[in-house]
Amino acid sequence: MNAIFPEQPVDPRAAQITKLAVMAVGGQGGGVLTGWIEALARAQGYAVQATSVAGVAQRTGATIYYVEMTPKTDHQPIFALAPSAGDVDILIAAEMMEVGRAVMRGFVTPDRTVLIGSSHRALAVSEKTVPGDGIADAEEVRAAAEIAAQTLILADMEQLAVGQGSVISASLFGALAGVDALPFPRAAFEDAIRQSGKAVDASLRAFDAGFDAAQNGDADTVHTPDTPREITGPQDLLREYQRLLDRIHAMPPAVQQMATAGLLKVVDFQDYAYGASYLDRVNGIIGRDSSERGWLLSITAAKYIANAMAYDDIIRVADIKTRGPRFDRIRAEMGAKPDQVMQLTEYFHPRAEEIAGLLPAKLGAWVEGRPKAMAWLDRRFGKGRRLRTDSLPAFVMLYVLGGLKSYRLKTRRHAIEVAHLEAWLDRCLAPLEEDYALCVEMLRCRRLIKGYSDTHARGLTKFDSVMNGAQMVKGRKDAADWVARLREAALQDPEGKALSGALETIRSFA
Amino acid sequence: MAERSFKKEVEHLRKGDGDVFTGEGILALTKALLENGVGYVGGYQGAPISHLMDVLADAQDVLGELGVRFEANASEAAAAAMLAASVQYPIRGAVTFKGPVGVNVASDALANLSSSGVTGGALIIVGEDYGEGSSIMQERSHAFAMKSQFWMLDPRPNLPSITKAVKDGFELSEASNTPVMLMVRIRSCHVTGSFETRDNVPPPLTVRDALSAPRSDFARVVLPPMSYLHEQDKIQNRWPAAEKFIVENNLNEVFGPERALLGIVVQGGMYNGVVRALQRLGLADIYGNSDVPLYVLNVTYPLVKGEFDEFCQGKEHVLVVEEGQPDFIEQQLGSFLYKSRSSVELHGKGMLPMAGEYTGQVLLDGVTAFLKVAGPEMLPGTVRAPNAKAPQIPDLSKTVPIRPPGFCTGCPERPIFAAMKLTEHELGKHQISGDIGCHLFAALPPFEIGGATMGYGLGPASNAAFDGGGERRAISILGDGGFWHNGLSSSIGNMVFNKSDTVAVIVDNYYSAATGGQDVLSSRANNDTKSTNNPISAALKGVGVEWVRQIDRTYDVGKMREVLREALTTEYDGPKVIVASSECMLNKQRREKPQRTQAIKEGRRVDIPRFGVDPDVCTGDHACIRLSGCPSLSLKKLDDPLRDDPVAHIDQTCVGCGNCGEVADTAILCPSFYQADVVHNPTRFESWRTKQRSRAIGWLQSRRDAKRLMLQ
Repeated sequence: MNAIFPEQPVDPRAAQITKLAVMAVGGQGGGVLTGWIEALARAQGYAVQATSVAGVAQRTGATIYYVEMTPKTDHQPIFALAPSAGDVDILIAAEMMEVGRAVMRGFVTPDRTVLIGSSHRALAVSEKTVPGDGIADAEEVRAAAEIAAQTLILADMEQLAVGQGSVISASLFGALAGVDALPFPRAAFEDAIRQSGKAVDASLRAFDAGFDAAQNGDADTVHTPDTPREITGPQDLLREYQRLLDRIHAMPPAVQQMATAGLLKVVDFQDYAYGASYLDRVNGIIGRDSSERGWLLSITAAKYIANAMAYDDIIRVADIKTRGPRFDRIRAEMGAKPDQVMQLTEYFHPRAEEIAGLLPAKLGAWVEGRPKAMAWLDRRFGKGRRLRTDSLPAFVMLYVLGGLKSYRLKTRRHAIEVAHLEAWLDRCLAPLEEDYALCVEMLRCRRLIKGYSDTHARGLTKFDSVMNGAQMVKGRKDAADWVARLREAALQDPEGKALSGALETIRSFA
Repeated sequence: MAERSFKKEVEHLRKGDGDVFTGEGILALTKALLENGVGYVGGYQGAPISHLMDVLADAQDVLGELGVRFEANASEAAAAAMLAASVQYPIRGAVTFKGPVGVNVASDALANLSSSGVTGGALIIVGEDYGEGSSIMQERSHAFAMKSQFWMLDPRPNLPSITKAVKDGFELSEASNTPVMLMVRIRSCHVTGSFETRDNVPPPLTVRDALSAPRSDFARVVLPPMSYLHEQDKIQNRWPAAEKFIVENNLNEVFGPERALLGIVVQGGMYNGVVRALQRLGLADIYGNSDVPLYVLNVTYPLVKGEFDEFCQGKEHVLVVEEGQPDFIEQQLGSFLYKSRSSVELHGKGMLPMAGEYTGQVLLDGVTAFLKVAGPEMLPGTVRAPNAKAPQIPDLSKTVPIRPPGFCTGCPERPIFAAMKLTEHELGKHQISGDIGCHLFAALPPFEIGGATMGYGLGPASNAAFDGGGERRAISILGDGGFWHNGLSSSIGNMVFNKSDTVAVIVDNYYSAATGGQDVLSSRANNDTKSTNNPISAALKGVGVEWVRQIDRTYDVGKMREVLREALTTEYDGPKVIVASSECMLNKQRREKPQRTQAIKEGRRVDIPRFGVDPDVCTGDHACIRLSGCPSLSLKKLDDPLRDDPVAHIDQTCVGCGNCGEVADTAILCPSFYQADVVHNPTRFESWRTKQRSRAIGWLQSRRDAKRLMLQ
């Protein structure tokens, strides 16, 4: 796709037309932007033509607007109706993958194209549906854009606009003014916005932000990382927690960061003592590891043991849902002002399994073994519930559930999780003497266990399949690679088609 | 009410002699109709001419003042049939629809109209939906002109040429007693530009006047023996008259030097693209002054042999630029040359591709290939012997995901297909056929529902082979637009008459939504000039469907699934029809947002819901997305070394439709979803109650926090 440049240089007879394309996702306001550009050029004494494809193509799909302009004379210029590869002066792409699409289609060429792109992402359906991480690599697109464009302005134009209470068309229009690619003064751009007469003030603020982004060189907005999370609580408990942190400081430096993150998670999940047992487990691994491989086994174990210990049970969910900071976070996200009331409805649908898991270990196991009892539980509890956590009855119910931590370690669910954790660790560490890399890969398979109910069950099945696959390749030189491949395959689709294919391949030679 | 309003723009339709109109192609077309004394207009919406229907609907005041009748026809067939008024009466009529699918539907009426012949000018404005951005199969409307012997205009894509084509079209139609099809391509409909206007002309005879003096003439009826005479009349009189008019009025144009050894024949619609290719080769300036002679076919059917022969005089090579296949024009021109025993070499398909859109690059390559053969000395040196190496730009084709159109944020059709997917999880895969409309997006991921679609209103009809039933009942989808277009008779009537043991789901979103939100018979809006609020379920019962289930809130995924299950498993073996109704969210937002803003401003209580996901509860499995695909339900990478996969995240474009929560509940996914309703201007009691509640909740929260360690 990238070898579609015209072989000939630009002809001066054709160069008097300025060609501008806007590539956007349907619904982003590409039409508004095109309208402004057209009005601007016309007001500045240019002959202009704009084209677009309206209709079904715009419903959230990729779409192109195209503008050509030339100083007005007595003659009617002949404008093209669509952009051509290698023949675009200015390209505005309203999303990062649309930047990529513009480059891919040859609309961005080093000899002439000014590329104004928004670095934000609006994920395509294909990126979102993958059970693992299917998000396309924006860095690859950035690198290609840097090579392809004559001038490149890349910034989070969406954030710049939303921050001003406006939409992306305004910040992109500002960037177009800021990049000086059109021979029109800034005031003329602003007039075009004013004349459109809609949300003028907000648009002008976003315009200004976009203008600045284009003028100030490296315009990419600084990404402020989320404030680092830390443990809070009463002083006496914090002193105890400090003793756990001291144990981490005694660990190899390479492991410390992950172990700290893990510790935060399990202490938050349960308590100080549970955190201590986490560290015991991690230290057990460290004892069998060495600096030779950069403590990779220990780091990986520190990560996945924490995830396994902080499993998703009703108690955890109820606790998270009733915390004070959560209410504040949601209020901020929804932009609720102090004088406004916010109602909060939680969507719950517990099943018999979750209820049985909450019972004392022995009773829970007994109930689980009896289909009739499970069916009764399902009838009694298993239905969709909308809980208004801003009201007292629902809040108190979840508050009480979330407070069952002291009882948690006696539940059926905890017994299952501990047994599973131990078995998994044993299996992963068994080949340690012969194949270090294989152990690491097997630990990483814990990633497959996620979700709730059916999804969780499917994850477990996949996890078992991959672990069994690991058993089959054990002893081979490339065993670790195969396990990694199996895991990636398992994360590709929900039904496990790719995984079955990979397992089939293994069976063919194992 | 249509998605886009032209209320402001239609004022330009009042411009008169010497004024300049600046705007879009569709508005220019409307203005040209009024300037040419049109007596009645109609059509059926569909890209790329949907907005022409919207303009006409919004222009009813202007039309009324001039005595022009406007009909929003029930289908393209109905629109074409309306041109019957021009058969007996000297009244100019124009209808519009998309090509070629609209022409397919209209072909019966068009064939009859062409046989009868017309007295008043009859113009069919077709929006040719071909190439990038098209939503239909890639075919040409051209074949219909050849089949029925009506004439085809394909003007150069600029406003002066397009508006002139309207005038030419009416006159050509009247001069040859033949309907004329004016083709505007996908981008020409929305191309902007200017043209000098003339005064509007009221029709000399209005349709109302015509009813005072009705006419009839059995010679115009398509019945033997008149139909034989019609065919002879087409060939002996109408065709020669058309050719004469085309030549005498210079409808086709010739540009460039008079004497040259080579030339290009180009469809009017392709002219700008060819000129651009010549510009890029240094053979034309930006005003179209070309070094290569161009014969521009503003009339692509019929082709005039005399004119073409004249153009070919003294030439050795001629290139035909004809987009689409088959190459009707090239074949005809080749036949002309052969019959004249000409030595001119004809090029076309071969140097240009047989199929696919003629983009800028395709035309540049084609014209270059032609000149390499026909006039290599004309090409710039760099083309003949390129030395500059193209820069290496990394290949992104594996990185950049495709982005086909899909359901909008909050679309009420999404929960219908989520429920259908869940039903299939439970009962197994079913034979499902789709229809034309937004609901066809269900064929794409994440739903991947439905195998084939056979045409508008034909969803259930395309399952007719399975009417007899089997282990699992066949399901078909039909939209409200398709239902009223012809689904009621072709699909539902067919099901009833054949005692079909299948299930039809009618997706009723209150509009013809995919084409831009035009009203249909069952729309809930009150429309001053149209009859709305005619329920689909009443029509179903009227036509004899006994098993009808009406769902008034499609977002209730559980209910939707229950009804689907019932339809698929009931003992009843006749046709089962589910009407799933909820308003198109795009139109609902457009309608409600201003009202809501106004209400908040006035201090009235307004509750605005939006959804969210607790990132700590979400495990990043994305099952919710696989049952939704909502644009506002996306992913977010957490700044947490313990997490491998991004978690679900709902952005601020959420409209609070509730689908994600309903799906999480019905499919038993996870407890991550919450709904936050921000109440603007709450009542005093509400505020007081909230204060008391938060006090109690806050006390409980700090009590617990005082006794534990917590991650913040």
